[in-house]
Amino acid sequence: MVASLKINGALHTASVPDETLLVDWLRDDLGLTGTHIGCDTSQCGACNVLVNGASAKACTLLVATLDGAEITTIEGLGTADALHPMQKAFRTHHALQCGFCTPGMVIAGVAIAQTHGADVSVDTIRHELEGNLCRCTGYQNIVAAIAAGAKDMAGSEGARIAGSAQ
Amino acid sequence: MTPFSLKRPTSLSEASSAFAGDAAWLAGGHTLIPAMKSRLRSVETLVDLSAIPDLDSISRDDDRLVVGAMARHAAVAASPLVKAAIPGLAGLASLIGDPQVRNRGTIGGSIANNDPAADYPAALLALDAIVATTHGTHAAEDFFQGMFTTALDEGELITSVSFRVPRASTYAKHRHPASRYALAGVYVARFEDGVRVAVTGATTAAARWPAAEAVLNAAFAPASVGMLSFESENLATDIHAGADFRAHLAGVMLREAVTSLL
Ligand SMILES: Cc1cc2nc3c(=O)[nH]c(=O)nc-3n(C[C@H](O)[C@H](O)[C@H](O)COP(=O)(O)OP(=O)(O)OC[C@H]3O[C@@H](n4cnc5c(N)ncnc54)[C@H](O)[C@@H]3O)c2cc1C
Ligand code: FES
Ligand code: FES
Repeated sequence: MVASLKINGALHTASVPDETLLVDWLRDDLGLTGTHIGCDTSQCGACNVLVNGASAKACTLLVATLDGAEITTIEGLGTADALHPMQKAFRTHHALQCGFCTPGMVIAGVAIAQTHGADVSVDTIRHELEGNLCRCTGYQNIVAAIAAGAKDMAGSEGARIAGSAQ
Repeated sequence: MTPFSLKRPTSLSEASSAFAGDAAWLAGGHTLIPAMKSRLRSVETLVDLSAIPDLDSISRDDDRLVVGAMARHAAVAASPLVKAAIPGLAGLASLIGDPQVRNRGTIGGSIANNDPAADYPAALLALDAIVATTHGTHAAEDFFQGMFTTALDEGELITSVSFRVPRASTYAKHRHPASRYALAGVYVARFEDGVRVAVTGATTAAARWPAAEAVLNAAFAPASVGMLSFESENLATDIHAGADFRAHLAGVMLREAVTSLL
């Protein structure tokens, strides 16, 4: 199957076996290794990406079903020199230890901010993070970072992701 | 995953002709893809439903709310139409899995799968739903036929589910803390002509709860369902919870639901 997808703004043509998972194509063919594979059983959210602005688990999506979709991975949010506000908030609030869950957490954080706005409550953040597992931090700082990042995104030009619902 | 060939029809008639031999429908993929990855399932042909227009539409038709088979859980949870007609159904959808699961999973896939701990089957039973397919229609009570079993024939495609709009309804769910599936979930709906109650998670397949309906029809109050616990020959026991605990939990969820409807 041949499918055309926009990955972080650039058009790519995937010519892959039909059973190819989005996460494998991103990592192995495009070299975008920021999207992690944690559980591979749809539980942990380490593989989260945005599909047309909505967060989804790339280990549970087939490339062949995504013709025409716009995907944003962690690499599409910011660069080392110009971090996205949500990435900055994770650094400021020390929201990571080993960092394995972090790309998926940041993507989830961006989706939470875009869906619920700058003043999203801590309870909402916790409910919306149920699909993301972290083995290190105990979550407190991740929740604090997402709350702060949501505020910073509201005041930041260009922090919004194409295709997002709002 | 065992290799397969994927078809992407853009109409129902194309979909039916694409479904041939060892085939399966693919909706949100959040049950089927994990099952295929762990090699619990393999198929030669996967027919993806996501390119068929309007299969995800939600509309109001007189005293019924019609939800397209491809409506994602997140869309049902956020739909102004669902929130206005049956807020309990929007609430149920918002409690399924996690945001990423809700962004992909669909009502058609959920009821076709008929997992004993899935949430939608309780809503379909309590809200007197009708399942429309490419072959005809099924009343919810005939559609669900036991654990992972439905009335669907090979190649039969669910197109929509229509719910009877109640006066008021709600869903109370005790979630398994890790999987977020229901250990026990109870849907209570009040219609002009009586109360309907359905339970999921506690038994090997979602079921109506006639004893709860009888006492609530006599007097709709938490006191009526006082110490009621769920009696059934099909109570489930697994590593998460025993039959007694699940029966009790269904009673707790029933009281929670009734209280929130007062
Ligand atoms: C981490 C996780 C947590 C979850 N938690 C919950 C939860 O708390 N509660 C809950 O209820 N569910 C839960 N689920 C299941 C989720 O709701 C699934 O999305 C759903 O059960 C299946 O829907 P789907 O659209 O993904 O279907 P798919 O996986 O695409 O398909 C499932 C089955 O239905 C068939 N099918 C699909 N569409 C149709 C159709 N239109 N007509 C006929 N057959 C069809 C397919 O062939 C397949 O056999 C969870 C899943 C995950 C991964
Ligand atoms: S790797 Fe996809 S959810 Fe864990
Ligand atoms: S920081 Fe190590 S898993 Fe989250």
